[in-house]
Amino acid sequence: MKLFKSSLIAAAAVALISGCASSVKLDDVPVETRAATPAGAASAGADTGAASQSQVTTVDLSKQADAMLAGTAKVIYFDYDSYVVRGEYKPTIEANAKALTTDRKRHLVVEGHTDERGGREYNLALGQKRAEAVVKSLELLGATEAQLEAVSFGKERPAVQGSDEAAWAKNRRAELVYR
Amino acid sequence: MNVSRRELMVGAGAWSAASFAAPAWAQFRVEISGVGATQVPIAIARFRDEDKSGQLLSGIVRADLERSGLFKGADVTTVLDETGQPQYSDWRSRTVDALVGGSVTKLADGRFDVRFKLWDVVKGVEVGGQSNAVAPGDLRLAAHRIADYVYEKLTGEKGVFSTRIAYVTKAGTRFTLRVADADGENAQVALTSPEPIISPSWAPDGRELAYVSFESQKAVIWSQDVLSGKRSMVVNFRGSNSAPAISPDGSTLAATLSRDGNSQIYVMGRDGGNPRRVTNSNGIDTEPAFSPDGKSLYFVSDRGGGPQIYRQPVSGGGAERITFNGSYNISPAISPDGRTLAYITRNGNAFKLMVMDLASGNPQSITDTSDDEKPSFAPNSRLIVFATRAQGHDVLMTTTLDGKIKARLVSTLADVREPDWGPFAR
Repeated sequence: MKLFKSSLIAAAAVALISGCASSVKLDDVPVETRAATPAGAASAGADTGAASQSQVTTVDLSKQADAMLAGTAKVIYFDYDSYVVRGEYKPTIEANAKALTTDRKRHLVVEGHTDERGGREYNLALGQKRAEAVVKSLELLGATEAQLEAVSFGKERPAVQGSDEAAWAKNRRAELVYR
Repeated sequence: MNVSRRELMVGAGAWSAASFAAPAWAQFRVEISGVGATQVPIAIARFRDEDKSGQLLSGIVRADLERSGLFKGADVTTVLDETGQPQYSDWRSRTVDALVGGSVTKLADGRFDVRFKLWDVVKGVEVGGQSNAVAPGDLRLAAHRIADYVYEKLTGEKGVFSTRIAYVTKAGTRFTLRVADADGENAQVALTSPEPIISPSWAPDGRELAYVSFESQKAVIWSQDVLSGKRSMVVNFRGSNSAPAISPDGSTLAATLSRDGNSQIYVMGRDGGNPRRVTNSNGIDTEPAFSPDGKSLYFVSDRGGGPQIYRQPVSGGGAERITFNGSYNISPAISPDGRTLAYITRNGNAFKLMVMDLASGNPQSITDTSDDEKPSFAPNSRLIVFATRAQGHDVLMTTTLDGKIKARLVSTLADVREPDWGPFAR
């Protein structure tokens, strides 16, 4: 029974992530890359002259999680009127799910956004649906509900200005923000 | 004597430069277009000494009455105060049916005594008049009250000119929630924020506004007393909290919450307490609007595929679909008399304001614009204010329900959106 349930979840995960692959180019989103250096390692010796015998070097797992995310997109783009996470974002979902399962103290806010067409409140709900689709796919890969919050900005915070398909495609998105 | 509107504007402009600050003449920015079926021809004479008050009250009264679609103002430069005796035959020869005259007198305490009289030119009788002592900041309000008096005397219905409209402006990256007169002028800032503000919604007492602010990086519903500026966070659950609507009796708040996984409608106390889920679908349910009796909610749901407008009892029970034409119908607003539904439909790439007579179910398009958003009814059910785009800006317009008379409100370079027409109470 348990085995059956987990394979069902896996199937659902595949279903959520798959979908039509389109030619929309991924924006070159800058990803902050921080080396997983132990905290204080650089300055501890310099200030005291000699390393104290009681020194403890902190290893911050969140930094490791950051390293894990280096090179993966923090923005997921959507098709018009759609909230299906496209297959091309499978690595993004997997890397973020891994970062969250590695460090259970991490919190991720998924912000859904829409293009400028249509009503503000309906777009807010559509953006919410996109954010929730991303949250669900992360939960299916082991991230917990407590680590995640889906919110929406609707059409209120476009990534780029403009009223053409190129601008709209860049605005239909979910942004992954660690807080 | 037939002074055109344009000449009048130029004249007033030159006059204002000589004696007053420019904003005093803001009423001339009201652009009215269209021709009503039956309009009462009316003359609003210049009020004695109104030029010394900083507000051209007669111009405000005329613009108000014209915006209603029921009056056609005559171009008048004659000064006539309330003690004057009009030559009815002269006015009749100008095909004027009604006439208003008045005066503005500065009192020793700094206030202004605004007096006026309304005459029925056809019958050749005085209809009535009033006097009202107001602070300088309330001179526009005094003019709106005169327009309300005239409107009620001549149509038998209550005027809405002294009511208020809330709306949001966006200039650069700054969002500002404003409360203005019903003509969009005299706007005062209720809240200013670097983050978006949407969906302002008046309480029925006209004192409190509920709205959605993104100041905490997510949609949270706030409530604010407009007089004192005192505000409080009222709905802040996990996820998004939006689309506030206060019930007609003022006791409850309906809103869209995503706390249980998808956007659904809940009804709760005015303070956000004890939310009870009232819709139950697997899709999006949002934009609740109370029926005037408070017993039903109109709302948008995509349960059938695209977004459509439905109605459901607040107490629970089945939802009934209201809109059937088109694949995208959103933003329902119900007239306070319960007869008309206004909403936005998508037609190709255009978003159009529609009105539907609820008894017949027939929808009608009433605008020439194509980016219409967020209709809201005047409290007398005779006008709708809505947001649209013109000359590359978000603007507000009012329209009569038949679409024949429209006026653009609030000329500013900022984007103006999200109007909500307040109640009669002020």
